[in-house]
Amino acid sequence: MPAVSKGDGMRGLAVFISDIRNCKSKEAEIKRINKELANIRSKFKGDKALDGYSKKKYVCKLLFIFLLGHDIDFGHMEAVNLLSSNKYTEKQIGYLFISVLVNSNSDLIRLINNAIKNDLASRNPTFMNLALHCIANVGSREMAEAFASEIPRILVAGDTMDSVKQSAALCLLRLNRTSPDLVPMGEWTARVVHLLNDQHLGVVTAATSLITTLAQKNPDDFKTSVSLAVARLSRIVTSASIDLQDYTYYFVAAPWLSVKLLRLLQCYPPPEDAALRSRLTECLETILNKAQEPPKSKKVQHSNAKNAVLFEAIALIIHHDSEPTLLVRACNQLGQFLQHRETNLRYLALESMCTLASSEFSHEAVKTHMETVINALKVSLPQFGSRDVSVRQRAVDLLYAMCDRSNAKQIVAEMLSYLETADYSIREEIVLKVAILAEKYAVDYTWYVDTILNLIRIAGDYVSEEVWYRVIQIVINRDDVQGYAAKTVFEALQAPACHENLVKVGGYILGEFGNLIAGDSRSSPLVQFNLLHSKFHLCSVPTRALLLSAYIKFINLFPEVKATIQDVLRSDSQLRNADVELQQRAVEYLRLSCIASTDILATVLEEMPPFPERESSILAKLKKKKGPGKLPDMDDSRRSVNGNTEPRPSSSDRNMVLSA
Amino acid sequence: MFALVANQKVVRDWPCFGVVLGGSFLPRGGYTVLLFKMQFMLLFSRQGKLRLQKWYVPLSDKEKKKITRELVQTVLARKPKMCSFLEWRDLKIVYKRYASLYFCCAIEDQDNELITLEIIHRYVELLDKYFGSVCELDIIFNFEKAYFILDEFLLGGEAQETSKKNVLKAIEQADLLQEEAETPRSVLEEIGLT
Repeated sequence: MPAVSKGDGMRGLAVFISDIRNCKSKEAEIKRINKELANIRSKFKGDKALDGYSKKKYVCKLLFIFLLGHDIDFGHMEAVNLLSSNKYTEKQIGYLFISVLVNSNSDLIRLINNAIKNDLASRNPTFMNLALHCIANVGSREMAEAFASEIPRILVAGDTMDSVKQSAALCLLRLNRTSPDLVPMGEWTARVVHLLNDQHLGVVTAATSLITTLAQKNPDDFKTSVSLAVARLSRIVTSASIDLQDYTYYFVAAPWLSVKLLRLLQCYPPPEDAALRSRLTECLETILNKAQEPPKSKKVQHSNAKNAVLFEAIALIIHHDSEPTLLVRACNQLGQFLQHRETNLRYLALESMCTLASSEFSHEAVKTHMETVINALKVSLPQFGSRDVSVRQRAVDLLYAMCDRSNAKQIVAEMLSYLETADYSIREEIVLKVAILAEKYAVDYTWYVDTILNLIRIAGDYVSEEVWYRVIQIVINRDDVQGYAAKTVFEALQAPACHENLVKVGGYILGEFGNLIAGDSRSSPLVQFNLLHSKFHLCSVPTRALLLSAYIKFINLFPEVKATIQDVLRSDSQLRNADVELQQRAVEYLRLSCIASTDILATVLEEMPPFPERESSILAKLKKKKGPGKLPDMDDSRRSVNGNTEPRPSSSDRNMVLSA
Repeated sequence: MFALVANQKVVRDWPCFGVVLGGSFLPRGGYTVLLFKMQFMLLFSRQGKLRLQKWYVPLSDKEKKKITRELVQTVLARKPKMCSFLEWRDLKIVYKRYASLYFCCAIEDQDNELITLEIIHRYVELLDKYFGSVCELDIIFNFEKAYFILDEFLLGGEAQETSKKNVLKAIEQADLLQEEAETPRSVLEEIGLT
């Protein structure tokens, strides 16, 4: 292995790098670096003007030091000087330095831009490429201002060399990303579209990337690219492997270009022209067919390239969402991948299926794979399930996406069972998802209440406020489940160690509806009170505050326990509690219980009225966690809290509107 | 010294960890999910030493160091049989290990992971062809060359030339220009003492 740089030597650099590698400690390394920095500084300041080779070498050393992680505060001037050298290697190092150590000094910027301008005008393709690479690497606003109108000219000029066209296209793409307002649309856009027909596939590749980006901003300017892209793609997928020569990668024809063309097509809706549409469909079918053919090579590169094109084709099919046969075929192909022995493919199939699940054409087809997806969650069955947390997460996402009325109970049960062993990092998300599904698909609200209480039991720490507020709101609003809720929380509270969230929910519900189960001697008022109070000292301040409110409600509901509760309120630990809120509540509730007549007490502590409809805060919280665009649309009909089915929401109002 | 990609058997013996490609830090709004955007590429050793860092988005030095530190730790903690992709912050990371080096790319969430894996593979092939059975030391001592080769292949985070032949030709041409233009060096320079 060469210990010396290949090509141009720069021995001094190689020796320096060796020295650094031989340093036995961080201190030794810093010492050596400082010595070198001092050396370089003196050479730069020295009386003798340095020759190009030396300058290049020192600038390169500075770059190396910087990339090691140390700060460099000089050398920019020398690097900029190198730009005006006529020697390619010196220019190259100069450009590399300023691309990596971007400096915002305006004089330097001016000089750099000047050098770039000269190189662009030089008509020397290697120099032009260096300049274009630099602009693409740095992409600063100043460069955009200086060059954004020049580069399109270079791109479409007839005498520009292919390699320069490629660089120019991607350079323009970069400038468009950072300073879109400075890239002017113009006559050149039609010529860029025409580049899709170029002989040189490298040019076509770069042009496709550029058009895809520009079409986001100005779709109309580039819509003629659709037919050219389809034609090109069609030629590629039907070509024999020798046709594309060097653009064939492990027996796959131009995979990068195919993926880019498929991406470009995702910027537009399905073509209106019938002939074009059918040509595209044929193309997509060919790609799907190829996936079923025996592989031409055992190498993973072959299958990755082939499948990359396949997945992108499926993404296009999903984006168009207009050809049921294609959608179902895509779904079945993904279904095969779900059981593939390669983890990467299982992961990608799960991811891709999530989007398929929300299409009305393929939703049913996706559901047929539910068992396989459920198995992917089972770490205990490695032959079906996944040891990889990324894969499990995707499986959960997919279950959430494919959930509907027909499978909600099963999916929620599976998610709960997974929750027991899930990674802590994803528990909160699963809790939110289960809460949303349970509410959305509850036909029978006793099931909903059970599910939420299970959530609290299994993953209480990850049950956020929104979730338990919601279960209370629903119980308040639905007469038919109040008794069941009271009974169930009562039983759940019997457990020796129950989560504090359960105490909160239990306290509130018993406070409101404890009367519904008070008739049974096993859950008489005194028993209920003792049960709650037994947890009191284990709870945090907010929970205790809630329990105190429950106690005053008990006084109203059950006069027979009034004296007992008053004794508790009267105790020093309440009346002289260090926390202001607890003290205040104890004092005021005690007083209220003493002086209010039964009528007044009953009025003050009347049953909570139903909550009004508002946007679901759980859904909002999940959206915030996952980021925009990540949740599949829940396109079932909305259900109001009172159980009436409402018509399908319009696209402007896709949130579930529920009481918050 | 061991080869990075000497022959197929060598490559097959190493478990594949996937390519780490990074995601985007640009504001999401208006612009869509369809931008294939490679945010950065990092090469680091199993001890976590960074051998190459290419950033395709503007970030301060401090942010770059932070990202590097965190990501290197995350990737090094992955186990062999896990898949080559992971979600990190709002990015997708595609990574693969070749001999002693991890190649890590960050792409946007909606991007094509498999093709990115092959971008990494193609880059390794280019390095291998250029250096002749490349290994980590080549990249250490010829770091500037690694950047030049990368620029010929990927520009602004996008593949600009996917023909291996054409990329290598461009680099060889540059090398030829280099050799023509050498100025005579002093003896001290020759032995590397300055």
